[in-house]
Amino acid sequence: MGRTIVPIGPYHPLQEEPEFFTLTVEGEKVVDIDVEVGYNHRGIEKLSEQKTFDQAVFLVERICGICSTSHPFAHVRAVEDVIPMEVPERAKYIRTIIAESERLHSHLLWLGLAGHFLGYNTVYMWAWKLREEVLDAMEMMTGNRNNYAMFKPGGVRRDINIEIATEVIRKIDSIVPTLNMLKKAVMDDPVLHARTKGVGVLTKEEAIDYCALGPTSRCSGVARDLRKDSPYGAYDKVEWNMIVTQNGDVFDKVVLRVLEMYESIKIIKECLLGMPEGEIDANIKSIPPGEGIGHIEAPRGECFHYVRSDGTNTPERHKVRAPTFMNLPTYKSTIIGETISDATIILAAIDPCYCCTERMAVRDTKGKKVYNGEELIKLSQAKTEKLKEKFKC
Amino acid sequence: MNREQVLVDLKTRFTEDIIDTIDKSEKRVYIEIKPESITRVARYIFKDLGARFNIASGVDVRTHFEILYHFIVEDINLIISLRVKLDKKKPEIDSLAVIFKGANWIEREMHEMLGINFKGHPDLRRLLLPDDWPEGVYPLRRDYKEWDKGSIRDRGV
Repeated sequence: MGRTIVPIGPYHPLQEEPEFFTLTVEGEKVVDIDVEVGYNHRGIEKLSEQKTFDQAVFLVERICGICSTSHPFAHVRAVEDVIPMEVPERAKYIRTIIAESERLHSHLLWLGLAGHFLGYNTVYMWAWKLREEVLDAMEMMTGNRNNYAMFKPGGVRRDINIEIATEVIRKIDSIVPTLNMLKKAVMDDPVLHARTKGVGVLTKEEAIDYCALGPTSRCSGVARDLRKDSPYGAYDKVEWNMIVTQNGDVFDKVVLRVLEMYESIKIIKECLLGMPEGEIDANIKSIPPGEGIGHIEAPRGECFHYVRSDGTNTPERHKVRAPTFMNLPTYKSTIIGETISDATIILAAIDPCYCCTERMAVRDTKGKKVYNGEELIKLSQAKTEKLKEKFKC
Repeated sequence: MNREQVLVDLKTRFTEDIIDTIDKSEKRVYIEIKPESITRVARYIFKDLGARFNIASGVDVRTHFEILYHFIVEDINLIISLRVKLDKKKPEIDSLAVIFKGANWIEREMHEMLGINFKGHPDLRRLLLPDDWPEGVYPLRRDYKEWDKGSIRDRGV
């Protein structure tokens, strides 16, 4: 195994979450997989012990560029749980709006990449164009396209006024027609069905055994969503549906995310229209000794933070668990037995970051042939082209 | 079962194993148990109560190590945190990875970060730390010292 590992630190300046996969193949079939993580371990938990509770929000925001709401949200909830306290109603609504906008842009980003892996570069371009609109809306509300700096223990840092709210609703509404088109394309395209149906199936039992989270488990029929099970923010005050699919294959993962986007749009609009007036910050003066747990449903699943305070302004221990930590090991059950040309899309289906597939190397059991990430994407795209000819579209 | 029934059920079933229970709030309960009982209690909570394993947090509290195993019972919206205290001289405990696969990675992480040994773990390799990290240096321990003065990594730059 050791020989095939690329001997340089796999930092990529543009993407996060470098991981290293070693696939063992027999002919076309994958017989074993090993995954190595830790290339991007920055010691955030240790670092956070030296930061005050207010500073740590900015630190955890930088754990992930895409999830720059999930970590601060979970962290502030953990700090609030130490006390324990409730934040003002208006702050809850604003938090929900930010969190759902993030889900929207994160799912769009994933959908684009999935399209790219499968050889549908048009989907990639469309989805990312829509994502721009969402990022613009985020910029209007928070001042930033990413790393929003909206959260603080006790509330939020910025209010959303009525002008911004109207403009955001207009922006969000403007993506719906194109999203409908994308949805139709996903549901009706025979090639896409042939490529993704029955591929990389995660069974319900395995999903429970691996403690898989979020869309990865919901597409296997595990009807669990923290926003419903353990409501926080304003999720219990607005109408929305939990999306659950049953087959656990890549197709279901695509469909689930597309449908979830509609729910997010619904939640954002309803929250913006129904926001109560009032304070946005509870002004916490000090954090007593104790421990607290904060968890939220991030786009990829539950994001979990544990904070222990000793009564000073810095935590004694801060544990961070991102959803991919639980979702990644499910590869072992989804990828073995599939072909190499499907490997990229299965590995991408749980929505880790893009670079995962970039860092993949393949060798056969005799230890000879090695593909890199680019060749694998080409292989995947070539398979789609063949299917397109077969279906004559 | 509702929240009270679950707690009473745990208390009667594991009278011998439970040392202390802190009923922190409606959604959180911390139960301290004996380290040797962990597999029994965790198996019951995971398999029979149908809880999901969130994660475990290992803490170095100067006098001893603590591991908190967080489980969420989603039906009643309750997080049960099992607390075990481990001796600093010989920190070891039975592995939960044999009961459910979700515990595999976090035990590997605690093994390298705090130096806790998980008995019966199928694959106790390093998860996050680099290959050139020296043996016996555990970054999340209180007595952790910068070991490589020339390293940028250790300076937090």
